[in-house]
Amino acid sequence: MTRARKPAAGALATPPCTSRPADAKPFPLTQPPPKRARKAGRAPGAAEPAERPLELRLLADMLRIRRMEEKCAELYGAGKIRGFLHLYIGEEACATGAMHALAAGDNVVATYREHGHALLRGVAMDAIMAEMFGKAAGCSRGRGGSMHLFDVSRRFYGGNAIVGGGLPLAVGLALADRLQGVCRVTACVFGEGAMAEGAFHESINLAALWQLPVLFCCENNLYAMGTALARSESQTDLCAKAASYRVASFRADGMDVRAVFDTVSRAAQQVREGGGPAFVELQTYRFRAHSMFDPDLYRDKAEIEQWKQRGPIHSFSAQLKAEGSLTEELFLALDAEAEAEVAAAIAFAEQAPWEPVADLLKDVHTPAAADERGAR
Amino acid sequence: MRISYREAMRQALREALANDARVFLMGEDVGRYGGSYAVSKGLLEEFGPERIRDTPLSELGFVGAGVGAALGGMRPIVEVMTVNFSLLALDQVVNSASLLRHMSGGQCSVPMVLRMATGAGRQLAAQHSHSLENWYAHIPGIRVLAPATVADARGMLAPALADPDPVVIFEHAQLYNLEDDLLDDWRCDIARAAVRRPGTRASVFAYGGCLPKALQAAEELAASGIDVEVVDLRVLRPLDIDTIAESVRRTHRAVVVDEGWRSGSLAAEVIARIAETCFYDLDAPPARVCSEEVPIPYAKHLEDAALPQPAKIVAAVKELLNV
Ligand SMILES: Cc1ncc(C[n+]2csc(CCOP(=O)(O)OP(=O)(O)O)c2C)c(N)n1
Ligand SMILES: [Mg+2]
Repeated sequence: MTRARKPAAGALATPPCTSRPADAKPFPLTQPPPKRARKAGRAPGAAEPAERPLELRLLADMLRIRRMEEKCAELYGAGKIRGFLHLYIGEEACATGAMHALAAGDNVVATYREHGHALLRGVAMDAIMAEMFGKAAGCSRGRGGSMHLFDVSRRFYGGNAIVGGGLPLAVGLALADRLQGVCRVTACVFGEGAMAEGAFHESINLAALWQLPVLFCCENNLYAMGTALARSESQTDLCAKAASYRVASFRADGMDVRAVFDTVSRAAQQVREGGGPAFVELQTYRFRAHSMFDPDLYRDKAEIEQWKQRGPIHSFSAQLKAEGSLTEELFLALDAEAEAEVAAAIAFAEQAPWEPVADLLKDVHTPAAADERGAR
Repeated sequence: MRISYREAMRQALREALANDARVFLMGEDVGRYGGSYAVSKGLLEEFGPERIRDTPLSELGFVGAGVGAALGGMRPIVEVMTVNFSLLALDQVVNSASLLRHMSGGQCSVPMVLRMATGAGRQLAAQHSHSLENWYAHIPGIRVLAPATVADARGMLAPALADPDPVVIFEHAQLYNLEDDLLDDWRCDIARAAVRRPGTRASVFAYGGCLPKALQAAEELAASGIDVEVVDLRVLRPLDIDTIAESVRRTHRAVVVDEGWRSGSLAAEVIARIAETCFYDLDAPPARVCSEEVPIPYAKHLEDAALPQPAKIVAAVKELLNV
């Protein structure tokens, strides 16, 4: 579904996005898994990850997220991962389709449910796992944990655990690009719960008013912790909310990775071409509890089971098999590859050293010498 | 050259905008209106609407956008009309700007300057008159400045912009019309407090809108033969304890003046630091002159009574000296 957008009256003229940055090519398979992992599970004759057709890359990446997070749940039970842990199981088609639809040079701002997004932006699984273990080799040096994965070198501006907190940042990143004449999309990912926050409304209004290249990507999994959408919103048509700010709105089945990829690609394209911000609603469902502390008492088991029937991984692999582009053997090979990558990441995290307590106060301030931020 | 605090601030803004293409000013009514305190008057015509950016009434949104723009390579100066309204954006200061560097393991910096008016004295009543500098001074990861002189209004912005981390500048609304000769030597070290008047019998510490009151009190005390030192804290975080302690070691008595409420005040922090650092140099318990613990009232006589005043400072010093 697309709604037409007219520029808001009085909006500043947007310079058209003429030059494309060198790195605005379609996103290749994110980060090739470490060699040892790739060797371990590859079926004879299976192509190198980067050379696979898009469909197989989408499937493989959903499997990577799924297998990683299943292990995270186990490791949580074993006390290796602590704090809040928000699993994405069931929602993998959203991050996979969306992250593949972005260019390598685009910015991403995400939430606390961001393991998959970080992984597919190219943050090494080793660094993600080490971060969850709280190790110095983690992608945030053990300062962030599960909810605050960062990799500024890959333009991944964090796991933000204030609901709606990343949205103003995305507007600012896009504003900085605009003021510097850089052409790129800043995507912010958030749950439908965030759309009740003032931060959402302030941010989408600013982005629309100033016609900034922000892609608002809402993962509507129907619940904000235990609060169902209809119990928190007077208007449950999320696209209508965005459209009321004159923002082009798209909706896709968030359980269908191809639909997500196509829809986000179209939305991102429009943003990239200078069409101002766009909004995408991905309709999805989380199969697990909100976090490891959640007893999940607020929804019917039958509802969960019904959604599981539409699980993104098995439905997509069934489709690919029906189309003749996937065999069971290849599926198992991709799965084994993912499992091997996860095993290697856990081994890495296990042996990684802790940050010395002597460094506790490090990085509260920028050292005087490092006046310019390093990672641009 | 004699100029106002407002004009000094404007010169600093103009210089920053002219010298660095990454700098832009953003806030409610900074452009066409000319700034709610007329600080940015004329800058829109000079620098255009992209760099003098009027925002909607969205404190959370545009302060957060400032943080994002800083992450993205700009040097935003974000203006919030008053500290009371900044509470709507506090989330982005406390939960983003101040901690992104640490939480990301040192991967990014947020070189943003956040300016806002603060303070009472104009009968604007309880929602436009508070001094919440101590709320910000509580937060690791940011620097908090309070220019109280024309020279500091001119000199603090450039080093604040050069700081790679967020800096909050509090401009006391009563100071905008303050006039003084701007000497050549207005450059400011934003790590150091400043002795504004040397003296021997007691040290009076003040900042922002209370500095002129402290100086006036010092005049009155001098007239009755009591020579006090006045120290302008001016850097509220991190506090310059060296300058504070040196002064106490000279005078052996301390009075801290603070427009914030007494409980949990910045004055409390200053006194705690004095006690930790130079307790045995004190000849008397330190004293405080703070706002009364009441929302700032509208009626003039009540507002005056709620705030630190020169007479209260004089009385506090005399009590310390037993005179
Ligand atoms: C400002 C704020 N309020 C409350 C919370 C606690 N909280 C964390 S996640 C969450 C639910 C958010 O739901 P949604 O935005 O739909 O995202 P989802 O968890 O479903 O992915 C809540 C209430 C928070 N982190 N931040
Ligand atoms: Mg949700």
